[in-house]
Amino acid sequence: MESWLIILFVIIPLFTAFLIPLGGKLLPWFGRTAVSGIMLFLVALAVHIILRMPGTVVYMAGGWEPVEGIPVAIYLVLDGLSLFLLLIINLLGFLSAFYAISYMRRYTGEKYFYTLMCLMIAGMNGVVLAGDLFNLYVFLEISVISSYALVAFGVEKTELEASYKYQVLGGLASLLVLFGIIMIYWQTKTLNIADISMIMQGSGQDPFNIFIQLILIAGFGIKAALIPFHAWLPDAHSSAPSPISAMLSGVLIKAVGVYVIIRLLFNMFPPDNSVAVVFTTIGALSMIIGVILAIGQWDLKRLLAYHSISQMGYVVTGIGMGMILLARGGENPAAALAIGGGLFHMINHAVFKGLLFLNAGAIEYAAGTRDMTKMGGLARYMPVTLSSSFSASMAISGIPPFNGFFSKLIIIIAAVQGGFYLLAVLAVIAGIITLASFMKFQRYAFYNKPEPDSPAREVPVVMRASMISLAVLCLLLSLLVFPGIRQVLLDPAVNVLVESTEYARLVLNL
Amino acid sequence: MWGMSVIVKKITQLMCALIFVYGIYIITHGHLTPGGGFAGGALVAGAFILLILANGSEYVRLKKQEEGSSMMESAALIAALVLASSGLIAGSMVFFNNFLPAGIPGQLASGGVIPFFNIFIGIKVAAALLTIFLALVIYREDISK
Amino acid sequence: MTLFIMCFLLFLTGIYGVLTRRNLIKVVISLTIMEFSLFLMLAMIGYISGGEAPILAGTIIPAAPVVDPLPQAMVLTAIVIALATNAMLLTIAIRLYKKYGTFDIREINELKG
Repeated sequence: MESWLIILFVIIPLFTAFLIPLGGKLLPWFGRTAVSGIMLFLVALAVHIILRMPGTVVYMAGGWEPVEGIPVAIYLVLDGLSLFLLLIINLLGFLSAFYAISYMRRYTGEKYFYTLMCLMIAGMNGVVLAGDLFNLYVFLEISVISSYALVAFGVEKTELEASYKYQVLGGLASLLVLFGIIMIYWQTKTLNIADISMIMQGSGQDPFNIFIQLILIAGFGIKAALIPFHAWLPDAHSSAPSPISAMLSGVLIKAVGVYVIIRLLFNMFPPDNSVAVVFTTIGALSMIIGVILAIGQWDLKRLLAYHSISQMGYVVTGIGMGMILLARGGENPAAALAIGGGLFHMINHAVFKGLLFLNAGAIEYAAGTRDMTKMGGLARYMPVTLSSSFSASMAISGIPPFNGFFSKLIIIIAAVQGGFYLLAVLAVIAGIITLASFMKFQRYAFYNKPEPDSPAREVPVVMRASMISLAVLCLLLSLLVFPGIRQVLLDPAVNVLVESTEYARLVLNL
Repeated sequence: MWGMSVIVKKITQLMCALIFVYGIYIITHGHLTPGGGFAGGALVAGAFILLILANGSEYVRLKKQEEGSSMMESAALIAALVLASSGLIAGSMVFFNNFLPAGIPGQLASGGVIPFFNIFIGIKVAAALLTIFLALVIYREDISK
Repeated sequence: MTLFIMCFLLFLTGIYGVLTRRNLIKVVISLTIMEFSLFLMLAMIGYISGGEAPILAGTIIPAAPVVDPLPQAMVLTAIVIALATNAMLLTIAIRLYKKYGTFDIREINELKG
């Protein structure tokens, strides 16, 4: 495969982002069409690369070859895991941008919205492709700073307050990440992930290493809103415009939080049991406490935001169990199953949580409220929203034909196989409470007594098209459990994590 | 926004030219001496900011200036990106390709494309800092109204 | 070593400020103090006493040990990022002031639960 195709994932959104303020001056429709167009192109590019099954591809910006085996260039690395994340980011980015064509008409300064959205996508694509910590930090900041601005896009009291809170906590997280990076540089005198990995494997595990890993878990844990660090998420995700809530919950916390942390813990540091136990504990806490906090919410988008914490808990628990098993050595089938379940749940969560936030946006668009006590009887007016939100609710609660069932099942089976019986029980309990809270959503929003003179109408066709595509994806992703399709998309990603020391060897081409 | 006294106005007028020229020097010598696009751009923006602070400006004019500097910023970044991806377009498939001759180290015309990046980044940073300043001033005017 | 400890003290000062100040602008200042303590630390890690500038032109090989340019580049980039974050925070703070008429955190509490 031509390795230069990788760089397009960063250049094209960045270029479009700065073309929109210029082009939007002349043509008012430039922003919306350009963003949807480029996102569609990037999805096609990602699918094209997946079908070619390239393995690990390395691109060195500037054409600087390694000098005496020491990498000097800016490395962009594309492997199974990055490709998996790239597909999620660009797919959800495309559908959100398409949905925003109708939704964002009500806001002023529409072109700035598209500029910021492009910057956010460029940053996230950069994060998943970056092969060194320097660029990882820069791209991470690009995406989170644009997300700060997007959260405050409505410039009302609540939006501004949520954005301020998000920025202070996000700033703390960035400082912790920077602190961790400084410590790594101090120890190894390099910032290339593959190079660091080679040095760390030589030196083995020492307390300083574990200290760095805990700092990084705290830093990226704030970005991913895992439970002790979750305070900003419900405010920020419920205040943003709905397409952006879908992007934030569906993609951002995965790309800049969970993806980075698993990449660093698996592929950079040598596997360590105590860190893995901490990571899994945080995941299990998020899973159960997130859902308990969610069930009492009456604001629709706040409820969904709390569920994001809980569902990311599933992902982290699954991957963390795999990490514990890998650190103990042996028992590889259960480890691969747990990691596969976690990654499978990651793509599923992106799809159904994105869809649920788009549904929430549609309800807000039509009924003018986010308070579930003031809704009711929307089933009569909004059949498409009803059916798509029903499929998403069933998917998130884990009802059989939908994708959420299979990923949760895999995580639970892996927990039982690996001997984590408590985690299996907790996962089941969290699933049941999730089902309860989504039945509450369905009942209060769609089936309660109808308001006699409700202003609600079905939303425009563009918004419906996005929601229907995501609802179909909720069903189609179930096919990932079958071997043929799994080998194309999921297995390469799992292999990157299971064979954790291979990464450095493949990137440095030793 | 009101201006300041005549003494301040006159002195800033004299100073700003010097600051501006120094900023340009830092930008164009970025590949030879410490500094470069960011430091020089900050100096150039500082010259503009001093002028606006000393002379004052009307609300409508501030808005117009902000729009202009924001456009300038986007244009400069696009220019830098096009320059960076010219390798991709020309067919060598290297992002940030340094296709110009490197020249003799220490001379002004050396370093291939690096001076051009410095210039674009200098414009970009100057425009960005000016935009930030103007945006904050405009909010302040909004509040005091 | 003393310098590193002083950096750490600066970092702690910043954390203290973020946790205890009630004023939006003072929180921003505290965050900036934390940022700058980290930049200082990174610059100090990259410092080699008696090191040469890392210019390797053709056949000229510097006699003294060469300083690694990576931490310096990283500090500069981080400063630019800190600038963007601060501009963003101050903009939001001014907007909040416009809505509430105060910078006091205790009076800005629309979001709960």
